[in-house]
Amino acid sequence: MTKAEIIDCVYEKVGGFSKKESAEVVEAVFDTMKETLAQGDKVKISGFGNFVVREKKERIGRNPQTGEPIPISARKVLTFKPSQVLKNVLNPQKAQKKKEAEAAAAAAEATGGDPGGE
Amino acid sequence: MTKSELIEAVSQRSKITKSRAEMVVNCVFDAMTAALERGEGIEIRGYGSFTVRHYKEYDGRNPRTGKAVSVPEKRLPFFKVGKELKALVNGGTANGEGSSGDDD
Repeated sequence: MTKAEIIDCVYEKVGGFSKKESAEVVEAVFDTMKETLAQGDKVKISGFGNFVVREKKERIGRNPQTGEPIPISARKVLTFKPSQVLKNVLNPQKAQKKKEAEAAAAAAEATGGDPGGE
Repeated sequence: MTKSELIEAVSQRSKITKSRAEMVVNCVFDAMTAALERGEGIEIRGYGSFTVRHYKEYDGRNPRTGKAVSVPEKRLPFFKVGKELKALVNGGTANGEGSSGDDD
């Protein structure tokens, strides 16, 4: 999927925008996120995931070919942490199984009555 | 910035109502989620790309109890930051790495 397909999707589903306006508004979404991240802020999209800027300290790396140590300067990097909702969408069976396991565990706890240490 | 702040910002930037901006932002992330669900990658020029990575089942450990558990196979979304955004985040400009390049 490319930006063009996202633009088509906005054009078809939101309605009321020309193709050109759809392109501009999708551009506005990504530009806004870019500018926010450039300032060092994070972008949290519930149901999708979080984009977080992390500060990396200077460390010693190594040229993998020569084995020669070289310093890697301190830098800021962008990381993406997918939301649990997105992970569940990608793993429907696993999400279902977990739910069942949790329900079973809760039921066992309710009936089991383990004598606690007190 | 949260999703509702993003919606607010897009509404001001594109001079559209908040409810229209909300529809747009939801539409963008719904489309991206659907692509990933199909196992399809997403490429946004200047921002980054998303791919779906498959992980085989492996033996892990509960970090709290140390008990061995089997982690079932799974699919996870993976984000690779684009060149332009990578430079922007690191205090550079949109057209180059680090300190090289003029403004604009």
